[in-house]
Amino acid sequence: MSTVQFVLDGQAIEAQDGQTILKAAEAAGVYIPHLCAFKDLIPHGSCRVCSVRVNGRIQAACVQTVTAGAVVESETPEILEFRRNIIDMLFAEGNHFCMFCEKSGNCELQALAYRFGITSPRYDYLNPDRDIDMSHPDVYLDRNRCILCGRCVRVSQEVDHKTIFQFVGRGHEKRLQVNGTCLADTELSATDEAVAACPVGALMPKRVGYAIPVGQRAFDAAPIGADVDARKGGAA
Amino acid sequence: MTPRESKTRTITIEPLTRVEGHGKVSIHMNQQHEVEYARLHIVEFRGFERFIVGRPYWEIPVIVQRLCGICPVSHHLAAAKAMDRIVGGEMLTPTAEKMRRLMHYGQIFQSHALHFFHLSSPDLLFGTDGTAASGFEAPVEKRHVLAVAAEHPELATQAVMMRRFGQEVIFATAGKKIHGTGAIPGGVNKNLSIAERDRLLAEIDQMLVWTRGALGIAQSYTMDHLVELIPFGSFDSNHLSIVRADDGALDLYDGVLRAIDKDGHRIVDGIDYQRYLEVVNEEVRPWSYMKFPFLKSLGPEHGWYRVGPLARVNNCTFIPTDEAEAARKEFMALTKGRPNNITMCYHWARMIELLHAIEVIRDLLHDPDLQGADLVVQGPRREEAVGVIEAPRGTLFHHYRVDANDAVTMCNLIVSTTNNNEPMNRAVTKVAKDHFSGKAEITEGLMNYIEVAVRAYDPCLSCATHAQGRLSLEVQLVDAAGEVVAFRKA
Repeated sequence: MSTVQFVLDGQAIEAQDGQTILKAAEAAGVYIPHLCAFKDLIPHGSCRVCSVRVNGRIQAACVQTVTAGAVVESETPEILEFRRNIIDMLFAEGNHFCMFCEKSGNCELQALAYRFGITSPRYDYLNPDRDIDMSHPDVYLDRNRCILCGRCVRVSQEVDHKTIFQFVGRGHEKRLQVNGTCLADTELSATDEAVAACPVGALMPKRVGYAIPVGQRAFDAAPIGADVDARKGGAA
Repeated sequence: MTPRESKTRTITIEPLTRVEGHGKVSIHMNQQHEVEYARLHIVEFRGFERFIVGRPYWEIPVIVQRLCGICPVSHHLAAAKAMDRIVGGEMLTPTAEKMRRLMHYGQIFQSHALHFFHLSSPDLLFGTDGTAASGFEAPVEKRHVLAVAAEHPELATQAVMMRRFGQEVIFATAGKKIHGTGAIPGGVNKNLSIAERDRLLAEIDQMLVWTRGALGIAQSYTMDHLVELIPFGSFDSNHLSIVRADDGALDLYDGVLRAIDKDGHRIVDGIDYQRYLEVVNEEVRPWSYMKFPFLKSLGPEHGWYRVGPLARVNNCTFIPTDEAEAARKEFMALTKGRPNNITMCYHWARMIELLHAIEVIRDLLHDPDLQGADLVVQGPRREEAVGVIEAPRGTLFHHYRVDANDAVTMCNLIVSTTNNNEPMNRAVTKVAKDHFSGKAEITEGLMNYIEVAVRAYDPCLSCATHAQGRLSLEVQLVDAAGEVVAFRKA
């Protein structure tokens, strides 16, 4: 596969032709925050947390492929503020109670907030009236915490090869729906990759709770993206 | 105090300081300007029982502890004990039970130290010079912990360090100093590492020395001021707590329900707290959001009871640690072995428990079970369970139902301060009658008498209801016509 060169925050990066900016940056040891992007799923571009400025235009790094000679800005004050606003709005839009959420410490949204230094809300909470689906014997769906990233929709289809989740509604009424009246009606299994893929505490295996003590959770020791940051440090 | 142009006056007290949460006291006078009765109103509403409905049961020990920032461990553990039964795991492993006990006694230690030094010591250190006339009318600028720090810096240092130690115990067992996650249904999520144990053991001897000192202050203060303290806000009452199942010893983590009357006769004893509804009922009165619990067998008029340190020390057959047991015997000698019904003796009893807590912590830290790896047990599921614990302020009931889908369908909480509702009302009434009746002027200093009486119970009004914003308690004086003639609000 041929390679192309582009510039990321003043640094020349070599990438594979057709690679997304997000993947190319990570390969080069540059972390670009993201939520809806997940492993090798088909890019979705819905959360916009990975926004970068490409040749003067804001694009989602998870869907935008690199082009030869492109100038990409990622860690500029403007882009950082842009991303921070998106994260702030995700908190305001749902009902995110980190203080008792069992995903706390393992939650990518919370971890991003810490990485961005968000300690208090910037926007008024919308306090939407959302439900919790406890019907499934082994998995529960708490829509209060859903950020509509679509990971479960795509992982279920692309990896688990099931058709369980889909979005319904538009705009602020958009919500995650399941293929049936409730989660128990679906063919979801607790071992499905879709369950493990949820970045927040929306789709959770039951009866796990707080089994991992504080101090040993995914983001207790190092912030999100530290693994990518470390690659760069190692390379340097 | 704001005089009015009529035969009536308005005095405002807000907040009743150095208590947790919001509340209001109204003092009702007859036409002869004598106090007829007083009421402690709790004016906020606690919604926890409702908004946890529908949530997964394993979340509950972590959610409900948000009732309080002072004794969250008590709610955490009471809920966890109920959820143990839901998952059929109430027979905890030795490691799990001892980790929880360590967490709980760390909580007792920090909360009792906080209450005694930070909240009540200004009353005891500055409130009286030993004469009945001086009462608790210390100048307002002295009635706070900073004044204690200025005049008794060694006590202030101990206060901070003792509270910190208790919080470190909680941190080592729950993962966080406030609102941890250590207790999970059927056990705990961590053991105590050797390093954690050794860090705590390094301080234990100093904590014992300071705790003996605190007990000495409370005991000598009480004995030196008996003339004032015996009648102050005092009245005969029943006493309720849990005690250790097999021998009636003081046990703050688990046991069976015991209640005695003012003379020490047992009203109920050996009752499994899963049957608490057979023993206790709650009365609703229209002027307060806080209910009034009572023993069913005696009814609401005679069945109300005290809880907390005074009730526990009165109730237990003995204290199963040497120094605290010796202190209990001296305490009981004051009333010749009969129950102590002196409201201000709560402080002394609290310091006996402080000593017991540090003795238990010391003994547990030497127990190798804390380093065990067997942390969780489970058995046949249940749909309903009760968890009861002795919180710093008294007996705490948590009652839940959970459906087959793991969702909570019902919750009932009777918190310590609620159990003490009627006694606190009685204490306020007694103080108002003794000190306000016939007075031409109700001074700011006199108003502190009300606070001193309420403070003896160490009430957590935010826990008993649910407070938002700053804590506040206002006091109003109501005349025979029902008009508010005095109101104090800081």
